[in-house]
Amino acid sequence: MTDTVVALRGASASLGARQVLHGIDLAVARGEVVALLGANGSGKSTAVRAAVGRVRLSSGSWELFGTPGERFRQWARIGYVPQRTTAAGGVPATVREVVAAGRLARTGLRPPRRADKAAVARAIELVGMADRAADAVDALSGGQHQRVLIARALATEPDLLIMDEPMAGVDLAAQQVLADTVRAQVAAGTTVLLVLHELGPLAPLIDRAVLLRDGRVAHDGPPPPLAPDHVHPHADEAAATVKGHLDRWTS
Amino acid sequence: MDLLNYAFMQRALLAALLVGVTAPAVGTFLVQRRQAIMGDGIGHVALTGVALGFLLQVSPVWTAVAVSVAGAVGMELIRSYGKARGDIALAMLFYGGMSGGVMIIYLAPNGSNANLTTYLFGSISTVSPQDIPPMIALAAFVLLVVLGLRRHLFAVCQDEEFARVGGLPVRALNLLLAVTAAVTVTVAMRAVGLLLVSALMVIPVAAAQQVTRGFAWTLAVAVAIGVTVALSGTVFSYYVDVPPGSSIVLASMAVFLLFTAAAGPLRRRLPRPGWHNGGVRARRPS
Repeated sequence: MTDTVVALRGASASLGARQVLHGIDLAVARGEVVALLGANGSGKSTAVRAAVGRVRLSSGSWELFGTPGERFRQWARIGYVPQRTTAAGGVPATVREVVAAGRLARTGLRPPRRADKAAVARAIELVGMADRAADAVDALSGGQHQRVLIARALATEPDLLIMDEPMAGVDLAAQQVLADTVRAQVAAGTTVLLVLHELGPLAPLIDRAVLLRDGRVAHDGPPPPLAPDHVHPHADEAAATVKGHLDRWTS
Repeated sequence: MDLLNYAFMQRALLAALLVGVTAPAVGTFLVQRRQAIMGDGIGHVALTGVALGFLLQVSPVWTAVAVSVAGAVGMELIRSYGKARGDIALAMLFYGGMSGGVMIIYLAPNGSNANLTTYLFGSISTVSPQDIPPMIALAAFVLLVVLGLRRHLFAVCQDEEFARVGGLPVRALNLLLAVTAAVTVTVAMRAVGLLLVSALMVIPVAAAQQVTRGFAWTLAVAVAIGVTVALSGTVFSYYVDVPPGSSIVLASMAVFLLFTAAAGPLRRRLPRPGWHNGGVRARRPS
């Protein structure tokens, strides 16, 4: 099963007193792009946090790159984009400083070398933020901030990209920029597991969609059908159409 | 500068220099993690350590290090495991440290009210020659940690969840930062005093970030401010007989006001305004 990059098997988990996951199965093969969909509270964030070991499973098992999660140590192979929060610290930080934090998974305790600095610069370049590298992240818009978090995940040059609602609070034009970034990663062979509220501009990239409902897998298969006119010149209408289909599909 | 001819004054200025560098350096990480109050807590707990030194008739520096490190580790564990009642547990630790210290110091053979005041608010005349080598060693430890591991501590303080997924030893780094903060408090207690040490961890950082937009610059400017106010406050205390803690902290507040007033016009002149507009909404994980 070395071709399975990330797997949850019969995974159950609770947050506090509430059981959020009820024995879900989720496997992502090398090179696949899998979207985890579902309503608020369906457990999709908990599922990806369990996949990176941030939520302890009460039962079931968890694997990364064929290794049981508890014994997995090659964290540099994973680029993780957590949900954007107000967790931004009490001290300003520049785009470059935040993205460089992503490189620590590769460097460990040794000081960064030239190749590490180049990787950080390249990650910033990939998300189109090179001209803002010395600016404070606090000064950025929601979409720009999200690009910084994606750059931070890319700084480790990951084989697997795990993103938790990367499009949340990002306007449609910026979503297109993010989608282009993800497309380039997928073209380079990166495996992607992402939580989405709606497919949006990422729709053409998705190989498979897993729909969660109340902590159980309700559907696992091809992504919901797009309308024939989903390549509508007016992107917002297209998104609305896609969302309409998705709503019908998920309800 | 005739004051430099006095050996006690040389020691006091050296102590002030060490504090001026270490307190804002550690403080930058604490403020980053929105734990500005932690230095205060350690200061309270350290008083018990100082008092134990008097009781056991050993150097209060080492007993203060031992007790404040234990207190800081306790606070970090409460922070990382603690849920709803964490704040109460922390408050208990503060009160216990302060009242325990006062109780023990009055029971100690040569403890007195005067001793207590010099440790609470600092004193320029009581930095003894024996105090200097441990202070230098402790300050060196603090600088080694916060400068050598600044990238890792930054990552942990900025986004703990991400740091864990990146495989960083988050718990060890958190504990190390707590220990470093505790050591800083004991370095600082002679110059600014235990009740005011936290101010020197927080105010220079708050002042610095009025004019900076990056973490490394904030750290550097905060240390520069810390050194300036620690030395000038100590000199002021020499001429006007007041505890140095009060003059150092008031000087740092003056710098903060100055920087805040200057930051407004400065910010308007810069090409990209809105450094501090937040702009990020909190979202609950589903």
